[in-house]
Amino acid sequence: MKAPSLNIFKRKQEMATAPDIEAATLRSDRFRLQRENEWRRLEEILDRLESGRLRKLSDDDVLALPALYRMAASSLAVARETSLDASTLGYLETLVQRAWFQVYGPRQGLTSWMRKFFGGQLSQSIREIWLDICVALFVMIMGTITGWILVSRNVEWYYSLVPTQFTDTRVPGASREILLESLKVEDSAQGMSAFAAQLFSNNAGVAILAFALGFAFGIPSLMLLVHNMAVLGAMMWLYASVGLHWEFAAWLSVHGTTELFAILLAGAAGMHIGRKMAFPGKKSIMAAAAKGGQRAAQVMIGVVTMLIFAAVLEAFPRQLAGTEARAIIGVFMLLFWLAYFFGYGLGRKRPAS
Amino acid sequence: MSRSSSNPAKIRERLAKRQRTLVTPEGVALPLTIASRSARAGALLLDFTILSVTTTVLTLLLIWIASGTVVETELTELPGSTEFLFVVWSLMWFIAWNGYFIFFEMGPRGATPGKRAVGIRVASRAGDRLTPEAVVARNLLRDVELFLPLVFLLTAPSGEAGLAGWAAMLWFLVFLLFPFFNKDAMRAGDLIAGTWVLEVPKTRLDHAISTGGAAAHGSSQLTGAAYRFGDEELAVYGEYELQTLERVLRDGRPEAIEAVAETICRKIGWNPGSGDERAFLEAFYAQLRAKLESDMRFGKRKVDKFA
Repeated sequence: MKAPSLNIFKRKQEMATAPDIEAATLRSDRFRLQRENEWRRLEEILDRLESGRLRKLSDDDVLALPALYRMAASSLAVARETSLDASTLGYLETLVQRAWFQVYGPRQGLTSWMRKFFGGQLSQSIREIWLDICVALFVMIMGTITGWILVSRNVEWYYSLVPTQFTDTRVPGASREILLESLKVEDSAQGMSAFAAQLFSNNAGVAILAFALGFAFGIPSLMLLVHNMAVLGAMMWLYASVGLHWEFAAWLSVHGTTELFAILLAGAAGMHIGRKMAFPGKKSIMAAAAKGGQRAAQVMIGVVTMLIFAAVLEAFPRQLAGTEARAIIGVFMLLFWLAYFFGYGLGRKRPAS
Repeated sequence: MSRSSSNPAKIRERLAKRQRTLVTPEGVALPLTIASRSARAGALLLDFTILSVTTTVLTLLLIWIASGTVVETELTELPGSTEFLFVVWSLMWFIAWNGYFIFFEMGPRGATPGKRAVGIRVASRAGDRLTPEAVVARNLLRDVELFLPLVFLLTAPSGEAGLAGWAAMLWFLVFLLFPFFNKDAMRAGDLIAGTWVLEVPKTRLDHAISTGGAAAHGSSQLTGAAYRFGDEELAVYGEYELQTLERVLRDGRPEAIEAVAETICRKIGWNPGSGDERAFLEAFYAQLRAKLESDMRFGKRKVDKFA
């Protein structure tokens, strides 16, 4: 490789005060004084890069950075063998380390990262944890069935399954009218955006916890999924017992297809890390955990995005739309997520990282 | 001070525990230092302080704005403007507590303001670049590692949760204390993200000692005395002592300079009198370094006086 032309440094050398190279009695100090200006210029560029003032950097400086970095690295290698000046050695080590972080850390802008992320990386990561998704889905379905069966055998189970704040008017034995009332359509959007924001913060927090617990606990976090779905199963039984299953399903599905899907993914992502650590394959456990963790993190960004959708759907269409519209929206959202996660960019290969 | 703690070899060994080496693609070995656990705890406290103060101020600000927007007192329902502020407020909490760490660690410094203040940063363990995914992954586990253990630490001893509470506390303590059980001081989040936290020392380039004073001229400007040391006089010390002497000269504290000059004189059997210690030390430093460096060029290294 041809070394970059040195005349780009000329401007800076004139500006800095010329060090008294001849005055230095030590050879190693002369070595240092000859190169000092380049080191200082590199330091100045790094200062500006680290403070994020990328725009103030001239083209000259950007082009010079790799050359200056290599020069500092070779200075360090030479100084280690010839100089005992601890201050210079320490300075060079820090300088080369800082430059290394900048030179070998090609950052992407947020927009280009987002484009890549939503343009295939997210779907790819979700497809890669399919096994964990299947396990979590199985657990969730079993949980719902368990809840249903428990309550249908013995109504007392309803009270121990469903938390008290849920049980306003929706208790076993309530009349069809009361239950229908709880699914009614609101007539104005008053207060709905506040409701949506609250829902989002709460649900996103829960999803992050489900993920973290999935990593920390593995099997017990599956029990958490089972319990939550058992509550759902119990409520389904309640509405079905008065012949409102269709209305309840529509009421639930409008945001539920998105929200339950998101929680499913969060649980699966947490489980994925645990599984990768337990069965690392040919990689070391640490490498497998890191790979699984980064994949799971991508899924979690997707989960939080889904929960934003879910909150908006829960606050507006669920409260304002009629039964048919609710069902249509719910089914459409489910199909949309399925197509996006499992169909989008299927033929493309993941770019080698 | 016991002998073991002042022995240079022991000191080096202690420092080496946190030292790791990164070989750059140019083949230069770069020393990395794992950030100490106390530095990280300090950074976390700083970050939490910043976060709490900011969110509290913003909350108060929003309340103040909201109180200003209420014009019609007869309204039974929430006015639209208050509702909007409420939305802003709910989202602010979520974004502040979850986004703060992620946002700053994705930046060019790879550190939150707290980490920056104590001089540490997040880096990839494999030596490649720090990806946004890694930053997100390491920050998602904070609840399990910090808040849940603290909750259980407070509730379990009360006995309300019974045996299960104790079991949960022990299990969560594993995550809280995770950094103490591995040599890289990784927390669980670091483990699953493939990251670690390193020190980023900020060092300025100091002046070259040999360009001025007695180090350059070989004689004192104060008294005109010329200090010339023989080979056997310079042979008593090694690189470790040379660099200690360098530190003393750069710090320039008169009492330290006097004490060091006296020690060296006793060791080499000189009696130059007092008042000109700095020039003496500068000359000694320059000549010792010249000797050690010329030996170095021939592949002979003397690590310390015991070598």
